[in-house]
Amino acid sequence: MIRFNRFYNQFSILSLILIIASLILLNFKGLNFGIDFKGGTLIELRSSYSKINVSSLRDTLNQMNLGDVSVKKFGNNKDYLVKFENKDNKENIIEEIKLNLDKSFGNNFDFRRVENVGPKVSSELLRSGIIAISISLAVMLIYIWIRFEWQFSLGAIIALFHDVIITLGLFSLLNLEINLSIIAAVLTIVGYSMNDTVVIYDRVRENLRKFSDIKISELTNISINESLSRTLITSITTLLALLSIFFFGGEILKGFSLAMIFGVVFGTYSSMYIANTVLVKLNVSQKTILKEDEKI
Amino acid sequence: MLYFSKLRIISVFLISLFFISIASNNFLNSDLRFFSKKINLGLDLQGGSYLLLEIDNTPVVEQKLQNATTLLRTYFKDKNIRIGNLSLNDQIIRFTVNEEFKQTVIEILNDENSQVNPYYPRFKSHQFDLKDLGSSFELSFSKQGLVELKTSSQDQALEIVRRRIDEIGTNEPNILKRGNDRILVELPGLDDPMRIKSLLGKTANLSFRFVSNNSQDSFGVEKLKYENDDNEDFVSKRIILSGDNLLDAQPRMNNQTNETVVSFTLDRVGAKRFGKATSTGIGKQLAIVLDGKIISAPVIRDTIASGSGQISGGFTFQSATDLALLLRSGALPAPLNIIEERTVGPDLGQDSINAGMFALIIGFLLVIIFMFLKYKIFGLITNITLILNLLLLLGILTLFEATLTLPGIAGIILTVGMAVDANVLIFERIKEESKNEKNNIIAFDSGYIKSKTAILDANITTLLAALILFFMGSGPVKGFSVTLGVGIFTTLFSVYFIARLLTSIYVTRNKDKERLI
Repeated sequence: MIRFNRFYNQFSILSLILIIASLILLNFKGLNFGIDFKGGTLIELRSSYSKINVSSLRDTLNQMNLGDVSVKKFGNNKDYLVKFENKDNKENIIEEIKLNLDKSFGNNFDFRRVENVGPKVSSELLRSGIIAISISLAVMLIYIWIRFEWQFSLGAIIALFHDVIITLGLFSLLNLEINLSIIAAVLTIVGYSMNDTVVIYDRVRENLRKFSDIKISELTNISINESLSRTLITSITTLLALLSIFFFGGEILKGFSLAMIFGVVFGTYSSMYIANTVLVKLNVSQKTILKEDEKI
Repeated sequence: MLYFSKLRIISVFLISLFFISIASNNFLNSDLRFFSKKINLGLDLQGGSYLLLEIDNTPVVEQKLQNATTLLRTYFKDKNIRIGNLSLNDQIIRFTVNEEFKQTVIEILNDENSQVNPYYPRFKSHQFDLKDLGSSFELSFSKQGLVELKTSSQDQALEIVRRRIDEIGTNEPNILKRGNDRILVELPGLDDPMRIKSLLGKTANLSFRFVSNNSQDSFGVEKLKYENDDNEDFVSKRIILSGDNLLDAQPRMNNQTNETVVSFTLDRVGAKRFGKATSTGIGKQLAIVLDGKIISAPVIRDTIASGSGQISGGFTFQSATDLALLLRSGALPAPLNIIEERTVGPDLGQDSINAGMFALIIGFLLVIIFMFLKYKIFGLITNITLILNLLLLLGILTLFEATLTLPGIAGIILTVGMAVDANVLIFERIKEESKNEKNNIIAFDSGYIKSKTAILDANITTLLAALILFFMGSGPVKGFSVTLGVGIFTTLFSVYFIARLLTSIYVTRNKDKERLI
């Protein structure tokens, strides 16, 4: 048996630091919103000629007064991702860019993907994304509140916020783009983190019924150990699936799978440490659940 | 939990077979299929264009208020009610009334069967809200009035958009209403939406009006630019003919001038008016105005009574074709703005499919190898279940003709990773139970029973997340929630019926073996 409970305090402090650091990052550095939430235009280009360098491409586009232009390589040597504000929402801008690129580089570019999101739509998407995440947190809260005693609910929710905040903090730190698929990833993380916590809590509750003389710190440790191999195996298979999306699923899914990978790692960690530390701090005992049982 | 009746075995077998055969539909040639349904590929996979159009209703609102102002003026005049300072500004009609008429005006405008302020019998709300400011009145669109206006202009716009897109002939376009002032257009397989965008961006309001160089015109004149150059002309506000009078329009080659023109045919009313105008106006210039710009302003040489004519304006064949198309399909009630556009080229779509499938295969292999190494024979059972689970998932998606997107493929891969969870929970529990229980059958049985709540909890939480995403998410992300959500049901079915059946067969055959798991 591994003595997980020996590190409850150290990891609580670590998590607290991570959360505070994430909040500071989110507050001061902010998130790198993609065009879905900020508005603007995105073009994925493929050149048939690989010697074009990013800076000459950038220079050509900068001469067009497109506002803030960003040009990046996308995956390989031939693909580029161009993003710009397109503040005036000019309708023929794509055609103009096509003409200009043809003039500067010859007819070498294939426009593989064009996305244009107006300011109204982007603010709506942002709002509905925030609403979706809030609703999912609320629904999880209600579910866990129905299923468990309030001490458990609190622990699960703290673990949940822990995972979401730190994942977003990492996105801020690494300057990764937040787009629609990241919202999907965050929601899945919410589901996954909850699921992991609930499985361990199920075991804690079962053990609380079984043993009346074991202290909560020890009891959670037993429960973590009993469900440890399940926790690890599920995390491993999920991570295997996610890693294969990350490495082989193409550029478009990179951000999504990365967010999920962070989420699964934090979700696994928090369900073992954070969720159980809360139970210890709240001094949960057999009485806690027996009271509930009587009610039923 | 390990006992299966014959009936149950057969039904599990049949259900699995049913979904698998449906799933196989997606991989067979069309002549081998016995079932017409297939999984649809999303625009991000098959390539195509997604356009969200917003109707700019401001001109419609202005026009309606203008009409209402005129109506009020004549209505009160007929009733001998004197109103003053009637004006329309910032979408509000203002007027003053002498004290003696005030009550009458209020009654007229708030009457349930009011002629100038309708809608009440149908919607229990008037078209306009009346505000009494003491010395004056203000009339503005009521909430219901605005909703009504938006809905009707959306209906009209949808019809025109559909006609225009049908004219171009793209395959299986999807044209849907969104809210009450938006239209969603999905055009699968369309690589370059430029032409459609430019066609949808035009209101196509056509009018024939006299060029009027003296400002004595009783209808008033306005200065309009030419389409092709910077010249301007004064044009009468009197509309002789509008696009509504057009029956047909086609691009043509004019044999005499060797120029591309748009020839048109007018309806009866239009032909009559056109004949009259051309007979009285010989020698005058007749301007052909499209969306506030003059296309051309030819001099009338003869009376045209046939009800057909030509528009010339330095067209190329393409621009003449487009103009004819716009005129045939009619004018939009209000301008449309493209507020969101997402276009994916077909080769990127194919790349995404390839990458997604490759990731799926790799992820799948990694998971089954891992499970086999970890659980040996039970790993094998899990893996068989996993394959069946995947086929069930595909079968259900086919049955509902769901749309598969790239995030949707990610959802399937994720399902592969998470689907083993239920089996792992069960096997780990059985392992624990076997420590104290030597009878394999009892140990397996209680393993299944005791892991049930945890499995349910785990799947419900994921399902909740998927549901929220389904209702709140948009576009491709929705596809993710569909595969994730359906994946939960197929996982539970395959774990509790298929895997349990296989496990029970294996365990009953080897019940005396020690350390079965």
